[in-house]
Amino acid sequence: MILDEPWRLTPSVALRPEPFGALAYHFGNRKLTFLKRPELVRVVEQLADHPDVRSTLVAVGVPEQQHSAYAAALEGLADADMIRPRADALEESA
Amino acid sequence: MKLVEHFEQGLDAPICLTWELTYACNLECAHCLSSSGRRDPRELTTAQAEAVIDELQRMQVFYVNIGGGEPTIRPDFWHLLEYAVNHQVGVKFSTNGVRLDPERAAFLASPACGGYVDVQISLDGATAEVNDYVRGPGSYDTAITALENLRDAGFKDAKISVVCTRQNIGQLDEFKALADKYGATLRLTRLRPSGRGADVWDELHPLPEQQRVLYDWLMASGDNVLTGDSFFHLAAFGPADGSGALPGLNLCGAGRVVCLIDPIGDVYACPFAIHDNFLAGNLLRDGGFKEVWQTSELFQDLRSPQTGGACAKCDFYDSCRGGCMAAKFFTGLPLDGPDPECVQGYGETALASGDRMIPAASQDHSKANPTRNQPVMLKLMTRPPVSDCAESPLAGFTL
Repeated sequence: MILDEPWRLTPSVALRPEPFGALAYHFGNRKLTFLKRPELVRVVEQLADHPDVRSTLVAVGVPEQQHSAYAAALEGLADADMIRPRADALEESA
Repeated sequence: MKLVEHFEQGLDAPICLTWELTYACNLECAHCLSSSGRRDPRELTTAQAEAVIDELQRMQVFYVNIGGGEPTIRPDFWHLLEYAVNHQVGVKFSTNGVRLDPERAAFLASPACGGYVDVQISLDGATAEVNDYVRGPGSYDTAITALENLRDAGFKDAKISVVCTRQNIGQLDEFKALADKYGATLRLTRLRPSGRGADVWDELHPLPEQQRVLYDWLMASGDNVLTGDSFFHLAAFGPADGSGALPGLNLCGAGRVVCLIDPIGDVYACPFAIHDNFLAGNLLRDGGFKEVWQTSELFQDLRSPQTGGACAKCDFYDSCRGGCMAAKFFTGLPLDGPDPECVQGYGETALASGDRMIPAASQDHSKANPTRNQPVMLKLMTRPPVSDCAESPLAGFTL
């Protein structure tokens, strides 16, 4: 469950602020993705600062009933390699 | 607000920026959209071009489509390529292949380019006969040699870029086979009546039934074929709800998410609209590219809500959004009316109405005197010669 895992923005991904949210561009696979909500942009930017996705959502102020929708959006971003699991998760479980 | 509405109102920086580095070209393609040939003496210097890249980096324009003219014949082309890559501006460049020898191919495949460089080879026929007819003698061999060099150097996923014409629509499967042979991706784009294309559009643009063939082919075999989002006028072949649209941006992005920087720093609304009517400003004179993109009057106007004009009452307006601005402008049709290649047939009616004025070109860098590279657009022979050895000067004519 992605909500309980530590994630981060992929290092080769850049975010460009736009009125609707942001453009995310992956310099490695050259994929362009649109983050269509400013809240989602803040979540993605702050993933690395929190122990897991859920605490990031809380910090950004996403209401709990929307957490599953955000989890789905983040899984889509993970499929495009825009975000990655954080290494500290692997270290802790090792 | 839906994403497409944000696009219509324009973004803070373009998504798809084309930058023509030079008007100089070794070829003289009959349909050249920028009427290229001769270098413009006002061409941006290396330092000016570097400053443009610096600004694109600040604006987070993540990649730029470089073209021309033939960009690789600029002596500083390879330097600018590396400069862009080192400043987080990825490059896709279009070339006829003239400078892609084994050494350059190896450079492009090397870590120096870091996978930030895409190469697009122009080819407008799957056979030399069809290609050279519009691109000039020898141009097919040049393109194929470049593709071989890239493949042999280990360059991954080059693009073969095809302008679809009446002569090559029947070769779509052959193009795909060529792409597969060279480990390349096929890219199909629309012929526009821009630049010298205005002179040959009547002869080259696909016939209505060929447009249907193209649409059906893209729907059936178009996975992994790129289109530069240029066929959105074909979406009206699908249901009126727009569900038959091809993947990509199904609206005119001119001045909203797309624009062109020309070799002298002029900024136009779109690569297919190099004309004073679509000139937003000059990045040297008017305070830089960002200033032009964000504040030019023309771009503000293009980003304001557009009316569908004569198209608004058509059931398919939501599918095709009225088609391509440049195609309408250069065939002398009103911008708020149907596209000349409207698949519902309204374009043909408008073209036939007779009260249109084809606009005069506002720039022409074509070579003053034709060279040996000029295409010779002789009609492909439709009937045999009159006889093996007809000596009469009136042979074949009936009096």
